[in-house]
Amino acid sequence: MTIKLGVPSKGRLMEKTFEWFAARGITLSRSASEREYAGAVDGIGNVELVLLSAGEIPRELAAGRLHLGVTGTDLVREKLSQWDQQVQELAELGFGHADLIIAVPAAWVDVDTLDDLDAAAAAFRARHGFRLRIATKYHRLVRDFLRHAGVADYALVDSQGATEGTVKFETAEAVADITSTGETLRANHLKLLQDGLILRSQATLFRSRAAEMNEADRATLAQLCQMIGVD
Amino acid sequence: MPTPADRTAARSAIRDEATRLRTLFEATGAQVVDPPVLQPADTLLDLYGEDIRARAYVTSDALRGEQMLRPDFTVPVVQMHMAHGAEPARYTYAGEVFRRQESFPDRANEYFQTGYEVFDRTDPAAADAEVFAEIRAALGDLPLRAAMGDIGILTAAVDGLQTTPARKAALRRHIWRPRRFRALLDRYAGRVPVPETRSALLASADPLADCAPVIGLRDRDEIAARIARLRDDAAAPPISENDVALLDAILSVRETLPFALEHLRDISVDLPAIAPAVDRLEARARALSARGIDIETLEFEASYGRTSMEYYDGFVFGFYAEGRSDLPPVATGGRYDALTRVLGQGAEIPAVGGVIRPGLLLELRAAR
Repeated sequence: MTIKLGVPSKGRLMEKTFEWFAARGITLSRSASEREYAGAVDGIGNVELVLLSAGEIPRELAAGRLHLGVTGTDLVREKLSQWDQQVQELAELGFGHADLIIAVPAAWVDVDTLDDLDAAAAAFRARHGFRLRIATKYHRLVRDFLRHAGVADYALVDSQGATEGTVKFETAEAVADITSTGETLRANHLKLLQDGLILRSQATLFRSRAAEMNEADRATLAQLCQMIGVD
Repeated sequence: MPTPADRTAARSAIRDEATRLRTLFEATGAQVVDPPVLQPADTLLDLYGEDIRARAYVTSDALRGEQMLRPDFTVPVVQMHMAHGAEPARYTYAGEVFRRQESFPDRANEYFQTGYEVFDRTDPAAADAEVFAEIRAALGDLPLRAAMGDIGILTAAVDGLQTTPARKAALRRHIWRPRRFRALLDRYAGRVPVPETRSALLASADPLADCAPVIGLRDRDEIAARIARLRDDAAAPPISENDVALLDAILSVRETLPFALEHLRDISVDLPAIAPAVDRLEARARALSARGIDIETLEFEASYGRTSMEYYDGFVFGFYAEGRSDLPPVATGGRYDALTRVLGQGAEIPAVGGVIRPGLLLELRAAR
């Protein structure tokens, strides 16, 4: 058997991950054909590189088909129930920073906190006959957060992209989305709620608690952990 | 490891027990009903809000849109009664309900319930006692602890506070969310500082003067209306420490029913608004007594039922296995007059009911 390491297959996240491992003596590389989602690992034996979508890595870790995987904390927490029972955080990689936040139109001068959002939602429902809509793709995280905060009279509507545009398009009144700089929010006339930070996310190396390992695999994992400086 | 045959036998036993309990209720004169498993999602979403998605399974098709696997029977039974029912009516049912249990992997996500529901406006106290006593009798001689409360007393207490109607409405809306309720109460009582952004907003003569472009459905008028409400609220005096103390005293009542009644009577001297609700509790205690329930040992807890689904608005109760705090209650129930109002489109009828979990009942019997 080999230790299977899952890495996002595209873009900056892949490049940064390769750089992070390279700095620790492990060279990851994509196979010569750009179309093939396989790669090579140098600097440590018995490790296989698997390239796949960052969104699928949590599921593959939970199923034990990957031993290790790099993906965002946001995706692990959104997609895995009781995530810490299924995977273990080995290392935060220091890039891919993004905050999951709640934002409302900047013109809502009366709404700055969750408390305000709750009151505005009650009035909105009374006036419009339906609940105040929050567009997001992070349904579980947002729902848990708002339930914990005791916010009522809202409904989540699904938005898989261009979420900040939904308010102007009048398919939602507020949004819950990932933001790294806040520029997209400002450009779309939205603002953060003061206590609307749901989660700080960054690229993180996770270990599956479900993947099977033999003696050799355990030795490989120990060696890898030593190289990347994880106890 | 149980074999498939074991599991089939266990399921049959639970199904038989569910049916046996339904037959008991039928024998008292209840009509058997059998609502569909799939329920239109919009009704349930409208009632419970987004939280129901975390508790119920949602599915959909292109023709009927979103459907939910019934998370309980109460809503379809109320709808059926409001559409066709003659008064008074008693219903019983047995079948499976479906609940997502993502945070509690050990809890069943599909289990049987047998229920008993009473729609009767003649004597609510007697109907409360009837449901409690019939459910208790159906549970047999298992050693169970009964818990009960009364959301109506909390609502009455909120209505009796010396403060603005807007604040009372906001508190009433959050009776079922204790954390938010407490945060609102602290703010209305002036116990926490006003957030800086709020002070700045209220200090500004025209906060909307040079604001960002107004986008979305919530328009300028709505924003202005809320600012006006915030100004009114800022001008209103804080809820007095005395009122907060009375509310806290009510929320902390937890003793046997006769002592709880006495205690609530004492509080109602200072907060007369709760007197009618306390009268109803007393009438219920008498009705329970008349049904042979020993009220001297019955526990009453004013906060009981505050974190359950928010349709109960009066009497609430549950039966728990002694020494098995790991198990959910074997039976629960309560009064839901407001639900009939919401689903009745103008019509309403006082209603109270309860459900038993036959699977738990069998498990507890087997463990004896």
